[in-house]
Amino acid sequence: MDLLVRLASICGRENVLSDPEDLLVFEYDAGFDRSAPSAVVVPATADEVSAVVRAARDAGVPIVPRGAGTGLAGGTVACGGAIVVSTSRLRNILEIDTVGRSALVEPGVVNADLGAALRPHGLFFAPDPSSQRASTIGGNIGNNAGGPHALRYGSVVDHVLGVEMVLPDGTIAAFGGRAPDLPGYDLVPLIVGSEGTLGIVTKAWLRLLPLPEHVHTFLALFPDVGTGARAASAIIGGGIVPAAMEMLDRTTMRALNAAFDAHLPEEAGSLLLVEVEGLVEECRDQVTRIETLCRAEGAFGIRTATTAEERDALWKARKLGYPALARIKPNNYLNDAVVPRTKLPEVLGRVNGIADRYGYTIANMFHIGDGNLHPVLLFDARTEPIERVLRAAAEILRVAVDAGGMLSGEHGIGVEKEDFMTWVFAPEDLDAMRRARGALDPDGVMNPGKVLPGQKACGDIPTSRIKRGLAEGMWV
Amino acid sequence: MTVPGASRFELPSDALQQCIRCGMCLEACPTYTLTGLETESPRGRIHLMDAMTHGRIGATARVSLHLDRCLGCRACEAVCPSGVPYGELIELTRAQLVRPSRRRDLLLGAIVARPRVLDVAARVGSLYERSGVRALLHATGAIRLLPPGLRRLESLYPPLARPRYRAPTPPSAPVARVALLLGCVMRVAYGDVHTSAAHVLARLGVEVVDVPDQGCCGALHAHAGDREAARGLARKAIAAFERAGVDALVVDAAGCGAYMKGYGRLLADDPAWAERARALAARVRDVTEYIASLEVPAPLGRLEARVTYQDPCHLAHAQGIRRQPRELLRRIDGLELVEMPDADMCCGSAGTYNVVQPEYADRLQRAKVDAILSTGASAVVSANPGCMLQVAAGLRARGSDLPVLHVVEVLDRAMRS
Repeated sequence: MDLLVRLASICGRENVLSDPEDLLVFEYDAGFDRSAPSAVVVPATADEVSAVVRAARDAGVPIVPRGAGTGLAGGTVACGGAIVVSTSRLRNILEIDTVGRSALVEPGVVNADLGAALRPHGLFFAPDPSSQRASTIGGNIGNNAGGPHALRYGSVVDHVLGVEMVLPDGTIAAFGGRAPDLPGYDLVPLIVGSEGTLGIVTKAWLRLLPLPEHVHTFLALFPDVGTGARAASAIIGGGIVPAAMEMLDRTTMRALNAAFDAHLPEEAGSLLLVEVEGLVEECRDQVTRIETLCRAEGAFGIRTATTAEERDALWKARKLGYPALARIKPNNYLNDAVVPRTKLPEVLGRVNGIADRYGYTIANMFHIGDGNLHPVLLFDARTEPIERVLRAAAEILRVAVDAGGMLSGEHGIGVEKEDFMTWVFAPEDLDAMRRARGALDPDGVMNPGKVLPGQKACGDIPTSRIKRGLAEGMWV
Repeated sequence: MTVPGASRFELPSDALQQCIRCGMCLEACPTYTLTGLETESPRGRIHLMDAMTHGRIGATARVSLHLDRCLGCRACEAVCPSGVPYGELIELTRAQLVRPSRRRDLLLGAIVARPRVLDVAARVGSLYERSGVRALLHATGAIRLLPPGLRRLESLYPPLARPRYRAPTPPSAPVARVALLLGCVMRVAYGDVHTSAAHVLARLGVEVVDVPDQGCCGALHAHAGDREAARGLARKAIAAFERAGVDALVVDAAGCGAYMKGYGRLLADDPAWAERARALAARVRDVTEYIASLEVPAPLGRLEARVTYQDPCHLAHAQGIRRQPRELLRRIDGLELVEMPDADMCCGSAGTYNVVQPEYADRLQRAKVDAILSTGASAVVSANPGCMLQVAAGLRARGSDLPVLHVVEVLDRAMRS
């Protein structure tokens, strides 16, 4: 039977798209790689997902799972004739266990919606990626998302107790579960961050935490980026772990003020947005110590959010900051790299030097507490070739890797960086990863061309070709 | 790749470029949350507009379908961090798309734009209502025998038996002089809402000046794709209100207010009118915005009621006005305001949307009625005629006789007591 007919019989005709115009709107995510799928199907239950996977398999067609499509690394961009399986109709919160502090959710549940549902119970799901008002739990799991509060709470992998997943042959299997420390192989950490290359998660048991008694949010204002970075280093070095610690530079502040009327102090060269959580007494003590360290490194002002509204306004500005940068230049390339915290001031200097050399305005707004850099190159794609932007981004990545850092903190590898994997992993390492993947997906039908280098599926994407050249050319 | 015949479609490159596909609009979009389909999302629609502008696809029926399903509620625009002028993009797009429903929309435009034609239509409707035929059809259940399409139109037919607008006695020493937009649908269907607005203003010392020849604001025409007609109506309205020489132009229909605040952009390329359009747009105020800006007595009268407030899209999203109507209601002694879930989610009215996209409109209407009924309120308050009609029709269909009132009607009743 024709695949489209079979998919329609599983999910209903209105939930299968195949017109070229319809497929076009699935060619993108929030990054720069573009490729349209051969069809899109939107199942409503795990059984439907399983039937869809079997149908695609029978037809010899690969599969790309997709949540809200807010990723930045092309993880949900379908290449090699793949169909997209969207999780956007799997959006039920099935259970909230307030005593055992866990939730059972479907993958299409939006991160922020889960947060809103948990708040009345005094609970929260800690990972808070900046995309949380649209991004889904499934996507968060696929990319092992972080967010500002990953500093204190860790990434998604620390908050998933178990998953139900449709395997590449259509089998529905469960891994982990509500209870901690199950015997046998713990495959959950392998699945989290696998970017849809092992199967399609159809349910997840999530760890919930009690909302803190007290939250204290403030800004420390610095004359420049270097002093702010040294202060951040001193805070972490002093044994203090705030709930979140973000750096914003002046370019970013200007954009945020324009977009959200955020009243950020543009007279500062950089600021640290710091949040501490816990018992009132504990917070007070931490704040005093952090403020002292900031002033010692040259902070010339501290501004505290005095109401919940002020705090929300700061976080809204921070979390929507990356798209707000489009108000300065219409396009921006958001880099994601992790560097050892001690190298931060030096790396930031070199990154800014690269932007200067290429003539791009750069905006820095990132999770400085855990060394997760997000330098954003601002440009206008109508007049400035993407190839040059990608080259500058590769140079930035190189600087991070040379400093002992990593390719990605939270955005994933996708089709954006798979060729750069050879910069940080030995052939033996990559081969071991391939074997692990092969154990669940021996035929490579799940999200082909992603994460691991040397695959052909996404080779035709123009941006992908450019990046392969950069990865190979700069590897010396 | 260029598709033949696609080259004529064009949108301003600056506006299109502003979208970076971040997806932060998705959850704000009523049609995306209903379907989970990117094709029914703001980001998807912008991508289609972009693809048409660059000749990658033609303006096919399939593309039109997705663009027609847009409510034009502009909830996406209100949450967009990058500042994409979505309302303008969809309006310019509709002006260039040929759609099967176009003729009906143009007919509608021809009626509402012409006061005399509209009056005749209203009288026919009014006769239907006053003669008791409407009541008879409903009372006997014979209404169910009508074909679904006709039944839908019937359920949304404005309540034409309502009293016409009656200007108040002007205050003796006015603190300000304003004009009131009487408009088209509001004028024949909700004349008594205008009366309430004017009486509330008069009681607060504001003189409401009579402005003849003001006509229709043009929003319905533009939303239906007839931008040229909208520009013509805008020029006529600008000239009429200029002559009145007032401090502010007060509007009690959110859709009209939102549109008139954008007159500057609408006529930006017309050198003879650009400046005049900007100047008039700067004086447009929603009635709740205007009253909240006055020094008003506290409390604003007394009314024992438990009400819930429905944000009109073109007030909350397009004009950013959420606080003022709620504040005014809270200032009424004895009135309790209960928030409904998703108060700013579109009710499905959206101009003529409920007629041309009945399935989506019905689903949104049902969700809205559920939200309203969950509050246990004894009345629903809103600030736009389209929303009031849609919400009332939805409530009636569920057997609820909950009154649906405009903010100024509530204020009027409270201040009279």
